[in-house]
Amino acid sequence: MSDVFFSVDKLCISFGGLMAVDGVSFTVAKGTIFSIIGPNGAGKTTIFNCISGLYKPSSGSIVFQGEEITGLKPHKIAQKGIARTFQNIELFSRMTTMENLMLGRHVHMKTGVLSGATFFRRGSRAAREEILHRERVEKIIDLLDLQSARNHFVGNLPYGTQKLVELGRALALEPKMLLLDEPSAGMNSEEKQDLIFWIKDIQDELGVTILLIEHDMKMVMDISDRVLAINFGRPIVEGMPDEVQRHPDVLKAYLGEEEIIGNAA
Amino acid sequence: MDMKRDYYEDIQLLDSKVLWFWFLMLIAALVTFPFLAPSYYIYMANYMAINIIVTIGLNILVGYTGQISLGHAGFFAIGAYGTVLLMKAFHFPFLFALVAAAFIAAFFGFVLGLPALRLEGPYLAIATLGFGMAITQVIGRWEVFGGRMGVEAPALSLFGISITTDLGRYFITVTIAFLMVLGARNLMKTRVGRAFIAIRDSDIAAETMGVNLVYYKTLAFAVSAFYTGVAGGLFAFLLGFISPSTFNFILSIYFLAFVIVGGLGSIFGSIMGGIVMTWLMLELDKIQELPYLGGLLIGFSEKFMTVAGLPNIASIIFGLIIILLVVFEPLGLYGFWIRTKIYWKTWPF
Repeated sequence: MSDVFFSVDKLCISFGGLMAVDGVSFTVAKGTIFSIIGPNGAGKTTIFNCISGLYKPSSGSIVFQGEEITGLKPHKIAQKGIARTFQNIELFSRMTTMENLMLGRHVHMKTGVLSGATFFRRGSRAAREEILHRERVEKIIDLLDLQSARNHFVGNLPYGTQKLVELGRALALEPKMLLLDEPSAGMNSEEKQDLIFWIKDIQDELGVTILLIEHDMKMVMDISDRVLAINFGRPIVEGMPDEVQRHPDVLKAYLGEEEIIGNAA
Repeated sequence: MDMKRDYYEDIQLLDSKVLWFWFLMLIAALVTFPFLAPSYYIYMANYMAINIIVTIGLNILVGYTGQISLGHAGFFAIGAYGTVLLMKAFHFPFLFALVAAAFIAAFFGFVLGLPALRLEGPYLAIATLGFGMAITQVIGRWEVFGGRMGVEAPALSLFGISITTDLGRYFITVTIAFLMVLGARNLMKTRVGRAFIAIRDSDIAAETMGVNLVYYKTLAFAVSAFYTGVAGGLFAFLLGFISPSTFNFILSIYFLAFVIVGGLGSIFGSIMGGIVMTWLMLELDKIQELPYLGGLLIGFSEKFMTVAGLPNIASIIFGLIIILLVVFEPLGLYGFWIRTKIYWKTWPF
C-alpha cells in the first residue's frame, strides 16, 4: 500500500438515511491529475469534504502517503499537505489578496501571540518570518498574474480573479495534493485557457498531485490523467479520459435514457 | 507617497518620515498634556486610556474574530479584583499583580471560549451574558472580595515611587495603553491576527488552510480577556474603590457600544471609540450643568420621570447618539475618518 500516493477505499457517508457517497474507491498516482465528474448532486463535493476533513465518513478509509487520514480534523489534514479550493468561493473577503495568501502560509509559520505583538524592528523574529513568507507569496502572485489585485480586498475583486486568489491561497500552503472544486466555474473562455495552463504548470513544475472536480468536459479531457465518473454517490466507471467520456453509462447519467440530443458538455 | 522597497514596509508601523514625525509629536503631546491640563481632564484621560484598552480587547474578539461577548464586564471585574486582592492579600507589587490578574482573566476567557466552539450569534451572546452576570454575583457574595460593600484599592507604588495623584496614574495608565495599542496592531498584522480574521470571514476556509479552530477561537477569547483584565486592574486605581455593582451587565453593553461606535475590526477606530464614548459618558453625567438646556432637562425630568430621572435622560441621549451614529455610519467613527480622509484627498473634486 505504501507505494500508493493517495487512495480512497469504499468511502460511504450518509445524511439522515440518504447515502450521499456510497462505496467510492479510487487511487491516485503521485504527480497526476485525477478528475471526478458526474451530474449535479452526484456527491463529488461531498467526497472532497470527506478528504479535507469537513465531513466524517460513515465508513471507508482515506489514505495519504501511506498514512490513514480518515476523520482527522481539517487543520491536521492541511498540515499533511492537502489543500483545496471551494465550489462557491470561500475567501477571507475583508483581507487583501496578499493577506489571503499569507494565511495560506499559516502552517509553515510559527509566530505566536507574544512574538507577534512585540515586533518593533526589522530584525525581530516575527518580522523576519513575515518578510520571508511574503517573498514566497510574491512568487505565487507572479505565477498567477495577480499583481494588480495584490493590495485589494478580495471581496471587491471580479469573480474570476477571486477564483485565482483562492487557487493561490491553496498553493501558498505548498500542498503535495491539491483539491480543486470546479475551478473554472464562472470564468470566461480566455480565463479558462489560462487556468488550464496554470493547472498544468502546478502539476509539472511544482509536482503537485491534483484532484479535480470540473463540469467543463473539454478541460477535463484536456488535462486529466484519469477520470472517475460517479452518479448518485456511486461510481459508474473509472479510466482514461476518452474511455470514460464514451462510456454508455456516463452518457446515460448526464443525458438520461432517451435519444442523445446536441453535444454533451 | 513613496514606493515600497521591501516586505518589511508592508507590516511596518511607521513607513515614512512624515509618520515618524507625527508619531513623535503624539508622544510629546501625551507627555506634556498632564502638566498643562486641569486635574479633571487628567482623570478623564485616564478613563479614556482604560476604555481604549477594553475597546481594543473586545474588538479583537468581536470585530476581528467575529465572535460576540456580552460578558466583558466579568473580565473587567476579574482584572480589577484580581489586581487589588493580589496586592492586598499576597503583597504582590503592582505591575506583577496587574499582569497576574490579567492572566487570570485570560484563563477565564479561555474557559468561556470553549462553549464558543459550538455556539454562534445569539446563543453565544446569551452564554457570555450569563458568564458576566455570574462573575458579579460570585464576587458580590464572597467575603474575600468584600461582598456587596466592595474593596478599597491599596496604596499604589511603582519602582519605589508612591503614586497618589491622577497625574502619577496618568503616566502608568497611558503608557500601558500605548503599549497595548501597539501590541494589538502588531498582532493583527502577523500570523495570529490573520488567523483571527480568517475565522471571522470564513471559518471553513480557515480550518482547511490549517488554522486550528479550537485553538484560535479560545485564544481570541483569552487575548481579549487579557486586555480587558489589564484595563480592569487600572480601573480599580482610577476609582480607588470597587464594588460588584460597578461591573454590572450594562457595562458589558457599554463596552460593546464602544466597539461598534468606534468601528468593528479597526484598532484606530477602537481608540476613537474609547475616547469619544468616554468623553460623552462623562459629559452626559453632568448634563444639568449645561447653561440653558440643563435647566430645561431638569424641569422635564421632574415633571415626567422619577427622582432618578436625570441619569435616565443622560442614558436616553447616549443611546440616541449611538443609534444615529450606527445608522448613518455603519463602520463607526473609523468609517467617518476614512470618508473624511478621502474627501480631503480628492477635494475640490
